[in-house]
Amino acid sequence: MAKQIVKMNLNGQEIEQLVDSRTLLVHFLREQMNLTGAHIGCETSQCGVCTVDIDGESVKACTHLAVQCDGCEVKTVEGLAEGGVLHAVQEAFYEEHGLQCGYCTPGMLMTSYRLLQDNPNPTEDEIRIGLSGNLCRCTGYQNIVKAVKSAAVKLQQKESATA
Amino acid sequence: MNAPVKTLEERKTELQGMGDSRLRKEDARFIQGKGQYCDDIKLPGMLHMDIVRSPVAHGRIKKINKDPAMAIPGVHAVLTADDLKPLNLHWMPTLAGDVAAVLADEKVHFQMQEVAIVIADDRYIAADAVEAVEVEYEELPVVIDPYKAIEPDAPVLREDLAGKTEGAHGPRDHHNHIFTWEAGDKSAADDAFATAPVTVSQHMHYPRVHPCPLETCGCVASFDPVKGELTTWMTSQAPHVVRTVVSMLSGVPESKVRIISPDIGGGFGNKVGVYPGYVCAIVSSIVLGRPVKWSEDRIENISTTAFARDYHMDGHLAATEDGKILGLKVDVVADHGAFDACADPTKFPAGLFHICSGSYDIPAAHCSVKGVYTNKAPGGVAYRCSFRVTEAVYLIERMVDVLAQKLDMDKAEIRRKNFIRKEQFPYTSAFGFEYDSGDYHTALEKVLDAVDYKALRAEQEQKRNDPNCPTLMGIGLVTFTEVVGAGPSKICDILGVGMFDSCEIRIHPTGSAIARMGTITQGQGHQTTYAQIIASELGIPSEVIQVEEGDTSTAPYGLGTYGSRSTPVAGAAIAMAARKIHAKAKKIAAHLLEVAEGDLDWEIDRFKVRGNEEQFKTMADIAWAAYNQPPEGLEPGLEAVHYYDPPNFTYPFGIYLCVVDIDKGTGESSIRRFYALDDCGTRINPMIIDGQIHGGLTEGFAVAMGQQMPFDEQGNLMGNTLMDYFLPTAVETPTWETDYTVTPSPHHPIGAKGVAESPHVGSIPTFNSAVVDAFAHLGVTHMDMPHTSYRVWKKLKEEGIQL
Repeated sequence: MAKQIVKMNLNGQEIEQLVDSRTLLVHFLREQMNLTGAHIGCETSQCGVCTVDIDGESVKACTHLAVQCDGCEVKTVEGLAEGGVLHAVQEAFYEEHGLQCGYCTPGMLMTSYRLLQDNPNPTEDEIRIGLSGNLCRCTGYQNIVKAVKSAAVKLQQKESATA
Repeated sequence: MNAPVKTLEERKTELQGMGDSRLRKEDARFIQGKGQYCDDIKLPGMLHMDIVRSPVAHGRIKKINKDPAMAIPGVHAVLTADDLKPLNLHWMPTLAGDVAAVLADEKVHFQMQEVAIVIADDRYIAADAVEAVEVEYEELPVVIDPYKAIEPDAPVLREDLAGKTEGAHGPRDHHNHIFTWEAGDKSAADDAFATAPVTVSQHMHYPRVHPCPLETCGCVASFDPVKGELTTWMTSQAPHVVRTVVSMLSGVPESKVRIISPDIGGGFGNKVGVYPGYVCAIVSSIVLGRPVKWSEDRIENISTTAFARDYHMDGHLAATEDGKILGLKVDVVADHGAFDACADPTKFPAGLFHICSGSYDIPAAHCSVKGVYTNKAPGGVAYRCSFRVTEAVYLIERMVDVLAQKLDMDKAEIRRKNFIRKEQFPYTSAFGFEYDSGDYHTALEKVLDAVDYKALRAEQEQKRNDPNCPTLMGIGLVTFTEVVGAGPSKICDILGVGMFDSCEIRIHPTGSAIARMGTITQGQGHQTTYAQIIASELGIPSEVIQVEEGDTSTAPYGLGTYGSRSTPVAGAAIAMAARKIHAKAKKIAAHLLEVAEGDLDWEIDRFKVRGNEEQFKTMADIAWAAYNQPPEGLEPGLEAVHYYDPPNFTYPFGIYLCVVDIDKGTGESSIRRFYALDDCGTRINPMIIDGQIHGGLTEGFAVAMGQQMPFDEQGNLMGNTLMDYFLPTAVETPTWETDYTVTPSPHHPIGAKGVAESPHVGSIPTFNSAVVDAFAHLGVTHMDMPHTSYRVWKKLKEEGIQL
């Protein structure tokens, strides 16, 4: 199997790795980089438990090749907290009971993170539509929606505090 | 300066005990991507297993050619049933007293059945090798319809059972018949029907569905050939039972088998059974002497590991003209697929289906369930419910609605009239269940008031009379009772092991504690809520109580988490273990305070000398003393183990109401309102209870409105990916309103009944009731699920409804 050199910025670190050209990003992250936060749930892009952020877009890592990330900036759930401080979406999911088994959580967090980057003050409908590529079997989404709203407020407060 | 004296309330609050909505202890790892699920486990030298599966639903295996697969670099082995035969592992016992093929032995019985396994260096090579294995099949006639399966000339599905007229649950009267199980009193029920002025009947099919947790099944098996020890990480809801089964199958002594259920990405019944994939990974590790990982993909998950339901039911009610129910009869044909691999207590091949008299005082009742083989995957697990309770609740709630329609009675009124009354508890049903406690009338009125039921009915009436109204409005009402917490070991066992559960608590010298349990959380939040029970019992803050589950080498033996049994059974074990510690702590406190035990009173977190507020010892003081100055004659240390064998099941109940608006043009259903009142007895963590209810309602919504596993005549499963199988997103999922009453269980140490499954069990018939109600004025009494827009649209056309 042909191997390729892939360079990317992964959670703020410049990395260079040799990968099989057919290796999926989710397997690259989980098995080669030991970042097991992104999970595997369907292999058909339906469930979103593998969601990561690539160059400012939410991407499902189960249907994306690692080699496609050459030259990209990739952020996974492991890169959300900075300097040991949880990101607002992480805090909010915890405070609003936005998770149960935890399997969808990394993907939900990454989609929520991107959603709030793109739309800092979303309505409930916008949140629900924004999360519609991420399935959860445990929570019924109600507390997840609350968590995203709460995270939006937290981020805005942070923004105004630093402004 | 002395610290300010804390008030009683402050001391109680600091414990975060029962009733506190404390945030979850498990979340810190999950929100940072640090959970450890099965597929996250990576061991040195680990190989990957993948499975060659049958494309046909019924066929004879003519030839298997492994050579092309073995020729692929990185492939270590390809194994078939013939390789397992010398080990006698090509078949395995099921939990239901049948056997199931581990790898297909000469014949395949369902599409996607396991035919061979490949072991390779990585999952990509393993997948290549699966493609390379060549298998020739001779196709045989396929049986999909369970009624056709028991026709005299139906093809023989299980040749391995030829001539076997006695099954695990009584006589077999046909080659595709598994069992016929009955409960209640047939002649009493027949008598009731013979004389009743009103009778109604309804046929209904509860479709085959799949629990479909987001994490599929998998394991990492690691056999150490030097020590002869087998360690397996497994997505199991019942690790201890798995250890017993693995030991029995493999011959490795149970003391050298260690099963670890790590973090589990949802179970919902899908992870109760022992599947061929697990067995094959274990065998492969033993044979190759290296760790072997198996991770199911989604298509394999939906196609093969443990479906639920698939009950074809005929319900009959007998009643007076004013709606008092006199008798119930139910006949079920249960499609169990190719092997009887239901996960039920041994003596109950149809689980606890005989809870089907529901919340109603029905004097005479009888049910009969006939289990049948077909060319479908085996299973029949309890999908977020106690064993077959969802089917039972659906049946009785549908039948009561059908009767109400026949008598032109209101749904609420007929329920009021037939409820078991508060003063009748403990109440023994016609099927012999002893309902522990309930107050259905109070709960019903609370819900009807909350939603202004009269106004809803008036609005519906007005809309029905308005030909220009673009929607049909339906109101669903369900008043269900569950039976959970299996169960008393005198009647409930799994493979001969009684269905008790267990807890071991150790209090450390500095006053923190660890509790180990026989259950295993899959999202329910045990690490949070179990600690709360101990906090309230022993006065130790929840924050310093660690809860561990899932490792059979450290946890006491328990039967696991399914059938809402964690709180009813393990929750009770915790309280009882804590009370043993409490009793010992009291002796130590009396010793330290130099008074008699009888002079001590317990107060939140301390024993104090009666009449002297200044004289007390906190649990932390006592813990220290237990390790350095126990009273003479008392052994040091402060710990206890309790195995709790429940005296009875618990009977949570709920009143659910749903308002649906159906678009007359498209058949789309919009859930306008869903109000769920649950009574789960004592409430441990209201935040978690609400979360469990939201999740259960959403799963119920999925089942009622979209989930099904349809098969074509060739036995092809039409839709086994998440592109086809309906899991609702945040967009379709309604907003839930929750409410509660509290009727504690009188026989449970803390009065708790269990809650996580009620919303699934109760909501499915509620959605159904609402959709049917939208058509009720047209004389429609029943519509089978799922209520997809297309199916509802077809019904609109059938009834001549248009915009």
